[in-house]
Order: sequence, then C-alpha cells, then structure tokens
Amino acid sequence: MKGELNGSSGVMVFAQCSGEKGMNRLAGELAGLGMRLAKDLGEDATVVVCGPGAERAADELAGLGMRTCLVEGAEAVAGSGCVPATVAGPLCLRERPRLVMYGHVPPGDEEAVRLAYLLGAGVTSDCTAMEVCDEREIVLSKPVYGGNVMARFNPESYPYVVTVRPHVGVAPEPGTSVVGEIVRLEASDLLPDGDDAARRGATLVSREQVPSNGVCLEEAGVVVAGGRGMGGREGFESLEKLAGLLGGAVGASRPPCDSGWANSASQVGITGKIVAPDIYIAVAISGSTQHLSGMSDAGTIVAVNRDPDAYIFKVSDYGVTGDWKEVLPAFTARLAEMKRQEG
Amino acid sequence: MEELDIIVCAKQVPDPEAPPSSFSIDRESMSVVPHGVPPVTNPFDENALELAIRIRELTGGTITMLSMGKSISRAVLLKAMATGADRAVLIEDPAAEVGPAAGSATARVLAEAVLRIGRFDLLLAGRQAADTNSGQVAIGLSVLLGIPCVTRASSVEVRDGRLLVERTLPDSLEVVEVSPPAALITGPEAGDLRYPKIADIKAAKGRPCEVLHLADLGVEQSGAPRVRLLDLTQPVRERRCRMVDGESGAEAGERLAALLQGKGVI
Ligand SMILES: Cc1cc2nc3c(=O)[nH]c(=O)nc-3n(C[C@H](O)[C@H](O)[C@H](O)COP(=O)(O)OP(=O)(O)OC[C@H]3O[C@@H](n4cnc5c(N)ncnc54)[C@H](O)[C@@H]3O)c2cc1C
Repeated sequence: MKGELNGSSGVMVFAQCSGEKGMNRLAGELAGLGMRLAKDLGEDATVVVCGPGAERAADELAGLGMRTCLVEGAEAVAGSGCVPATVAGPLCLRERPRLVMYGHVPPGDEEAVRLAYLLGAGVTSDCTAMEVCDEREIVLSKPVYGGNVMARFNPESYPYVVTVRPHVGVAPEPGTSVVGEIVRLEASDLLPDGDDAARRGATLVSREQVPSNGVCLEEAGVVVAGGRGMGGREGFESLEKLAGLLGGAVGASRPPCDSGWANSASQVGITGKIVAPDIYIAVAISGSTQHLSGMSDAGTIVAVNRDPDAYIFKVSDYGVTGDWKEVLPAFTARLAEMKRQEG
Repeated sequence: MEELDIIVCAKQVPDPEAPPSSFSIDRESMSVVPHGVPPVTNPFDENALELAIRIRELTGGTITMLSMGKSISRAVLLKAMATGADRAVLIEDPAAEVGPAAGSATARVLAEAVLRIGRFDLLLAGRQAADTNSGQVAIGLSVLLGIPCVTRASSVEVRDGRLLVERTLPDSLEVVEVSPPAALITGPEAGDLRYPKIADIKAAKGRPCEVLHLADLGVEQSGAPRVRLLDLTQPVRERRCRMVDGESGAEAGERLAALLQGKGVI
C-alpha cells in the first residue's frame, strides 16, 4: 500500500482557534471529517492547536472525542490562531500522518501550501468533499474553472495535504463519544532552532484591525448580498438595514469589495467566503460562476435584478425583476411592518 | 533603494468571465473544453503585473514576464507586455502540464526557469489561476526557491531604503518589511492592470521574448508528487425560480415580502 510504503498513517488536522472563544466552528467540522476519514481508513486521527485560546480549544476538541495535540509555546500565525507551517512541518515529520488537513480560510489556505512544499508533499486546496474508497484510496473533490466544473482526484503519494472548505465536515455532538487524549508538546522540542518570522524573512511593522460589521457571515442564517449594481456605499446601507431587520449578515460579490463599498471580508465566492445560510438574498448580482460557487448551497435563494435574463434567476427560488432602488425599500418596509404586527 | 529586477509569473487561461454554458467536458481526454472562450492573462496575474509596474515606478529596474503553457497566444502576451514588461520568457511545450492535475509540477518547472533567468529581486504572481483554482504555484515557488513570501500584497512603499509591503487581510491591514529576493503574491487587492495604449502594443512587439522547452530546463515533471484525476463533472445549480411581479418595483417588493412570509421562508 502506498501509505505504508513511506510509513505514513493517520489523519492530522491543523485547527484554527479564535482566542477567548476557543475552537471555531470550522475546527469542529474538520475534527468530524478527520475522524470519519480515519475510521474509514482504519487509522488514527489527531487535531493540533496552538496559540491564544488553544488551551480551551484543546479541551473542546478532546470533548468531541478526538486525540488532541496542544503545542505549547508556539506562536500562531500573527492574529489568526492558525498553526504555522513551520510548526506543522516538524510535527508531521515526527508523527508521519498520511493525510493532513487545514481549513480553506486565510491564513490556513496558505500555510497548508507552505507545509506541503516544505514536506515535498502534494496538495489540493478547497476540497468540497472527501471520502475513502476501496478501504485505502482517498478521493477528493474540488471546484475548477471558477466552479464551472468539479474535479475528483486521488493522491498518488503520501503524505498529502488538503484544505477543506467550511460546511463540508460535520462537527460531532460534544459528549457523544469518549473524550480524546490531550497530548502536550513543547514548541522548543519541535523547533530547536527557534521560530519563525526571521526564517520567513518578512517582519511585521504594523497591523491595524478593520472593524467588522457584527454578525459573522459564515455562520449567519440570513445573508443579504449586494453586487456591482448597488452602485455605491449608499446602496449597501439599504442592505445593512434589511440584514439588521432579519438578524442576518451583509455579503457582497467581488466588485463592491474591490471598490470599497463593502468590507473585503464580506466577499462571497470562490475567492471569498463560502456560505450556506437558510436564506440568501442576492441584490444586483448577475450570478457569475465564481460567485455562485460560494453560495449555491443556501437553503432558499432570492434574487432582485433589473435584467430579466440575469443568470442569477436560473439558480434562485424566488425572483423580482426590477430596480433595487424601488424593490428593496418596499420589501424592507413590508417585512418590518409584518414583524411589528407579529409583536 | 537600488533598482529592482522583477519577475512576474503569468498564465494564460480561458476567460473566466465567460458564461457557464461555454464550458463542457470531454470525457475522452478528461479535460474541460471552452467553446468560443478567448484566452486572457489570468486576472490575478494581471494584478501582480500592475503591482510590478508600480514598484518599478518607485525603484526603477526591469520586469520580466514568465509564462508556461502548451501554446501561448502572442496577442494576449503582447497586450500584457505593452502595459510595461521589458521582456518575456516563455516555457512553451505541448507536454507542459497546466491542467487541474498539474499539482506541483508547474511550480517545479517555474523554479528551474527562475534559476535560469538568474538574478532577480522580486518575484510576483497572482494568488491563483482562474482555471485550476489551485492556489499553490506562487507560494510553492517561494518555498522551492527558499525566499520569503508575502501574500495578499496590495501596495509597496520604499522608506529609508526599506521595502515595505502593505497586506490586505480579511480583517486587518498589515505592513511588513522584506528584503529582496522575495516573493509577493497578490490578487484584486493590488488593483486592475492599466490599459496599454496602441503605441505601446506596437512597441511591445520589439521586446525580447525567449522561448524555452521543458527539455531546455532539464526538469522531470513526473518527479513531482502526483494526483490522479478521476473525473470531471458539471455541478447542477439550477433551480425553478418563482418570479414575483407587480405594477411597480415597490409593489413587487411588497408581494415578495408577503410571499416569503406566507411560505414560512422568513
Ligand atoms: C479568479 C477569479 C476569482 C473570482 N472570485 C470571485 C468571488 O469570490 N466572488 C465574486 O463575487 N466574484 C468573483 N470573481 C468575479 C466574477 O467573475 C464576477 O466578475 C463578479 O462576481 C461579478 O459581480 P456582480 O454580479 O456584482 O457584477 P456584474 O456581473 O456586473 O452584475 C451586476 C448586476 O447588477 C444588475 N443591476 C445593475 N443595476 C441594477 C439596479 N439598479 N437594480 C437591480 N439590478 C441592477 C445588473 O443587471 C447585473 O446583473 C472572480 C473572478 C476571477 C477571475
């Protein structure tokens, strides 16, 4: 077997933690996916965390039933809670996992590639499905051509590194399985020569936090998104009003983010956030493949566009042809009224 | 700051803005066939070229475009070069692997080509190609070359002889200092590539363009870690859309609200 040829076995997940809040939702999803694949392979699964909040995240992940490795004294990638490739590399050399997983969100998407090249391993980014076939073969799916086509791959050498999209894995219910072991490792044992910035040759001069607009896009039940046709910042204020009313988050296609009408963190699509809310309201968005591949799993899709032939209508459940400047205020006002009546 | 010699890696891809119906799958050759979709320079690589031009405006120096493909459109190449590249190095070979399963083969070949070009200060590239969406070549190249790599670079400044790179991250803005040689990786955060003037396109025709074959570089693409492509499918995203109308946009908006509430959607 390929895996045994170079002695690699098991699944290793590098999770991201969100400081005080412990593990983030994606970490739970990756843990669930990692454990499922490991079970199908008949091998072990380990999740690794480091940096601020790692202590709490480790407890939570172990509570999901996963063997958890806490690297003490290792710095996460600045400001992110993500295990850097420089820490993951030596750990992989020591534990020899067959499959290595990161979440496909920044900066894990980049660290995974660094890690793969440091290890001389292959890497596939943005996996949307993973399964084990014929007991030993790992099969990965990922979008290509902007999401126009899905490709399925089978690694031919191990270790192999993947990044997995949000919403692909399913987090296990806490407390439904035996608590996993927590293994504590010292960063200095892994990195005898010290880490990290110096070796990467880029030094941080300053960082400025960009204020976020409250509701987390990936976790929102309702996303109200605007496109190029919003025409400017004011258009997004109307979307914020609607999102506020529905307790949802504001998203955008790429042009509004490039033009600064919307925060770049609100971009939805293959190079932005991948969302799967119960309701996605797309306003003045044409429905490019790159955008659709970030939101087409939404429960109900509603589109407002003045072009009756816009492709977005083909992938929506409800649509209105018209200028958002007329449709949206009336829609928002009517919803507000109905909410009031409900009390 | 001294003059900087910059290499920009740029791939040609079928125009990613083409409608979904223009892509189909050829099962025989296991490849994606674009119908009537012209090749363009990968948009994120265009962003990298724009950043390179802005850096050269600050420091002087040269820009070399490096591209690999089975066949490279000279018209598309010229248009990009006309915006400011001084020369091109092409790895053009029918055996070049550039498809979804290329994996790290591409990064390996480009690394050889960079070594062959020799001296450089900055290596710029887009974050991902619009066809493979693999996002590994630029970072992989920096690891193979052993140079620092700054991702999501949106602008560059020279202060007291130091090279400061601004990074646009989803939740923050960072400034980092790097010393050449280094790789800068970018995308839309660097801004759109400027338009060339007709005269620039004419002038670009005279600029040097070296064409290499894989054999010239002596790399075995098959030595790279590999994946096997099992199949390609087209996702079905279409739904049945219920259109809501009214005498006016406002009326349609109100009806939509009532309908969504009636159906229990909202
Ligand atoms: C490698 C790559 C990655 C990309 N990644 C992403 C990504 O992650 N996310 C993403 O979104 N895009 C991405 N893109 C860009 C993508 O290809 C499209 O260009 C983009 O999604 C188009 O955005 P849009 O629909 O807002 O704009 P357009 O396509 O310009 O559509 C605007 C729409 O607004 C409508 N409209 C205009 N005015 C009004 C009005 N007053 N009322 C109602 N409707 C109106 C128009 O009819 C039109 O349908 C990527 C591209 C590349 C090449």
